[in-house]
Amino acid sequence: MATSPEYTPSEMMAARASQELKDNEIVFVGIGLPNLACNLARQTHAPKLFMIYESGAVGTIPTRLPVSIGDPTLVTDSLSIVSQSDIFQLYLQGGLIEVGFLGGAQIDRFGNINSTVIGDYHNPKVRLPGSGGACEIAIHSQRLLIMMRMGPRSFVETCDYITSPGHEQQSKVESKNKGKTRKDFEHPGKGPTTVITNLCVCEFLEGEMTVTEMYPGVTKEKILENCGWKIKFADQLSMAKPPSTETLRLLREELDPQKLYL
Amino acid sequence: MFNETRKPKLSADKVCSMAEAVKDCVQSGDTLYIDGFTHLICFAAGHEIIRQGIRNLTGARLTPDLVYDQMIEANCFSKMIFSWAGNPGVGSLHAVRRRSQKDSESKIEMEEYSHFGMVGRLLAGSSGLPFWPLNNFKGSNLLDTNSKIKFINCPYTGKELATVPALNPDVAVIHCQRADQEGNAQVWGLFGTQKELAFASKKIILVTEEIVEGSVIRRDPNRTLIPGILVDRVVHEPWGCHPSYVQGYYDRDNDFYVKWDEISRDPETYQDYLNEFVLGVKDRKQYQSKMGRKLLDKLQAKSRLCEGVDYGY
Repeated sequence: MATSPEYTPSEMMAARASQELKDNEIVFVGIGLPNLACNLARQTHAPKLFMIYESGAVGTIPTRLPVSIGDPTLVTDSLSIVSQSDIFQLYLQGGLIEVGFLGGAQIDRFGNINSTVIGDYHNPKVRLPGSGGACEIAIHSQRLLIMMRMGPRSFVETCDYITSPGHEQQSKVESKNKGKTRKDFEHPGKGPTTVITNLCVCEFLEGEMTVTEMYPGVTKEKILENCGWKIKFADQLSMAKPPSTETLRLLREELDPQKLYL
Repeated sequence: MFNETRKPKLSADKVCSMAEAVKDCVQSGDTLYIDGFTHLICFAAGHEIIRQGIRNLTGARLTPDLVYDQMIEANCFSKMIFSWAGNPGVGSLHAVRRRSQKDSESKIEMEEYSHFGMVGRLLAGSSGLPFWPLNNFKGSNLLDTNSKIKFINCPYTGKELATVPALNPDVAVIHCQRADQEGNAQVWGLFGTQKELAFASKKIILVTEEIVEGSVIRRDPNRTLIPGILVDRVVHEPWGCHPSYVQGYYDRDNDFYVKWDEISRDPETYQDYLNEFVLGVKDRKQYQSKMGRKLLDKLQAKSRLCEGVDYGY
């Protein structure tokens, strides 16, 4: 009888996120674990996944793990290379992106994401890189997948700053938009759809993050301990399958042999 | 630059050294924009600006990365206009952190957008408009912390749209694969915001891996991204982008970007780096010789030619 292979939380996240992607979908790929998830999907169940990077590479088939979203391997053999103005205006604002990927330092129950500062904006405890394309990806992607490790400091009651808007605005920064929803803003994309964490998978039910799928060996208590608010659990909880031996081989030997993100 | 007319740059002797180009074009108080999105980031220009000790610059760019961080550490910048300040794929920029966090002794001013917001600023600046409309920002705190992001109602549909003001940098540095002596520049691989920047900027220093005859440019006009009529100075600077890369010429030095996190975390090792590789060399040639044969060989691009197209009629 085959036994389940050993795997790390990062491997589980990459494997689980790849299952969210369908063949032929147009996906706006981020660096790190999302990039691994997309390339894993391309090498398994979604060979024609259409990958776009904000650097301007369209329809890429990278042969090595890109350490940045502008790596030369994304250019060689891609379908098209365009300017960043084309990426943001024509591809993203033009409505072509079916799936977006984001992560960040903090997330709240409505899927608002902070990748800008920890603490006060003008006097931060930690200055993070900022939005990049995250704000517009959150607004325009038809579906938005989020990959983040769960912890009480990352899954927070209220974000210190909202870089990328979720389903309803609530932040520590003074804003006239407090309490407004995506519907009020008339955002074209549906907003955060699924959060893939190291402990479970969550979906947004009526705009609020709700645990819908558990990972093997993870208890509800552990999830509650690692979340800064009392996160809801769906009535019907499903159980995630551990990554297969072949998936682990692809991740470890072909996609990230240097273990940059795993 | 809104509503101004512009004169073509027709000087017969644009070709000069990086030191001359920086001396002629970059002044204290200027808004400077060194382009490149991972690809074609001209470290050579940033290093020369550090060597010349030019201060009080505003550094604009979507992705201020290692070279802007070095210029912050060397006190060239008093302000940054940007949308993502990090070490791609690795983490944070430590000079940026030291000059922006709660415990900082002296802070630089930060004007922050998203990438699309910065692109919009350049689109307006390059096309002679005062602002650019975009469907963005609502629900984000970017509009709450940057008063230059404003909203208007579409005159046709009534929909409320965000706007960003035109950006017209005083000086742009643009690196390309090949150009002629007039600065007609051909680029392939990732473009970043090169074209929009070129048309938006008051002065351009064009840096090139190779200077070619005008006839080479004319053989493949679709590949010309920037016309020489916009260009003030042309600098021939092979390996001018390392540790960034130039498609078809040399690979990105990914190991350096990873190593940089450690070098830049401590102000002392940071200064040692600047002393050795920036202030301690006269020009890019000396920097290149310090890189060493082994690294140059490793990064040298393996050829991947594409066949030409037929322009006949």
